[in-house]
Amino acid sequence: MAQAMPNLRDPQPIRTRREPLPFPLNIWQSAVGRKWIMAVTGLGLLGFVLAHMIGNLHVYEGPVELHEYAEALRELGGHIIPRTVLLWVLRLGLIAMFGLHIAAAYTTKEISRRASDDANFIDGQKNYPGGRDYIAASYASRTMRWTGPIILLYLIFHLADLTWGLLPHTDYVRGDPFHNLSTSLSNLPVAIIYIVANVALAVHIFHGTWSMFQSLGLNNPRFNDARRILAAGLAGVILVGNLTFPILTQVGVIDPDDNPCEGSGSEAAALECFEAEIEKAEA
Amino acid sequence: MSENTINLTLEVWRQNGPTEKGRFETYEAKGISPDASFLEMLDEVNERLIDDDKVPVTFESDCREGICGTCSLMINGQAHGPNKGQSTCQLHMRTFSDGDHITIEPFRATSFPIIKDLAVSRAAMDTIQQAGGYISVTTGSAPDANMIPVPKPAADLAMDAAACIGCGACVAACPNSAAQLFTSAKIQQFNLLPQGQPERWKRTEAMVDTMEDFFGTCTNHGECFEACPKEISLDFIAFMNRDYVKAKVKNRNLSGQKS
Repeated sequence: MAQAMPNLRDPQPIRTRREPLPFPLNIWQSAVGRKWIMAVTGLGLLGFVLAHMIGNLHVYEGPVELHEYAEALRELGGHIIPRTVLLWVLRLGLIAMFGLHIAAAYTTKEISRRASDDANFIDGQKNYPGGRDYIAASYASRTMRWTGPIILLYLIFHLADLTWGLLPHTDYVRGDPFHNLSTSLSNLPVAIIYIVANVALAVHIFHGTWSMFQSLGLNNPRFNDARRILAAGLAGVILVGNLTFPILTQVGVIDPDDNPCEGSGSEAAALECFEAEIEKAEA
Repeated sequence: MSENTINLTLEVWRQNGPTEKGRFETYEAKGISPDASFLEMLDEVNERLIDDDKVPVTFESDCREGICGTCSLMINGQAHGPNKGQSTCQLHMRTFSDGDHITIEPFRATSFPIIKDLAVSRAAMDTIQQAGGYISVTTGSAPDANMIPVPKPAADLAMDAAACIGCGACVAACPNSAAQLFTSAKIQQFNLLPQGQPERWKRTEAMVDTMEDFFGTCTNHGECFEACPKEISLDFIAFMNRDYVKAKVKNRNLSGQKS
């Protein structure tokens, strides 16, 4: 990179300062503030991932119970709030958190690229031509910029697969989550995608959880040692929980044939079938 | 004098000036005493280069006892070499064995322009200090000692932060070229003490904002702590992050003023 002679006494800033925006938007203007936003949104997303994993365990109760869980999500807010409204509020919150999390990650990476020698910024980190030794930086922390995009791609795939029903390997039926899940994950390549993506997610969570405490300034000798343990525990629980779904479908514990409403074909037929099943169970 | 000297092969980064292209050059360092410090070893190599009518390797050093923060060097890919809690001048050749290859590079970051060979300009760190790394005092006679009571734990913690010698190893070791460890130490050595309270929020905002003019962002890798010759704790980064967002909320820069 050809450049003018740098002023060695008065170094050139790598950014141009802008007028401060009114609070709280000025938090976004600094990288430290952006890391704070990344931590808060990361915490929200972590809560979602954990709740999503625990909620999905309903699949082991059976197809009817999984259907009831899905209905309960749509009925959140009971008779006070119209059906699916609270669910959509939560979804919009999630989308906003994803957007902020990704935007903060991308922009802070760009700042770091500018702060490092351009030629040496490879794979999302500064590199020395003579090589360098990592002592503290873990595999997880150095791959955050890879596991992140992997999770985003997987998220789009996952939504297309089990929410929008756009993929050809299942005949997607709205209202029959057991059918969608079991037929999708019986497909070996799809199961492998789920396994790989969830390992990436766990690696991301392992560094993210510890990093979150640091970014938020939550530091106290009382719990400092517990932060790594919590990170490993959360990543482990989420990894094991999420991996059971593709693996146990492959070995046949989750089986499309266990679904009494398999082959309903349409949302209306599936709903009717499940209502009949629920009544049968109550009788 | 026992003569258990060692022979080494050095790969040294040579660069004639800030805008020149650099390259590695190989030098043989023969007959080095294990009791020599790393800088003394480089001195010997330079003496021989001068004898051969070659240009000696430029590197920085001053006190050579680990308190001035002038020496730098990435030694085999680690800032200040392989030992923990040591600066390059405190690194002794007994750490290496006969026949070792040692790669020596300058500290690298966009805001650390290379002056020549292994010497870099760390003026950007001075700019951060000038933004608030001080306590404004009124003039007059010196106050009595112990006029302001400081609890011992607070004094100890502030002293730990004040141990920072500003060498730039944290920036060099950081995969993001972030100066968080340096800046947080320079902020917290005052923010933890009563004398630092009146300017606490202004100082934190000014120094962090100036840091971000020159350096990268923190991914919490922890490489800076491992590289730091003074073993400044990562906890100070957490304290700085907390103080920065608190400062934004408090908005002490403007409160109490007519708008």
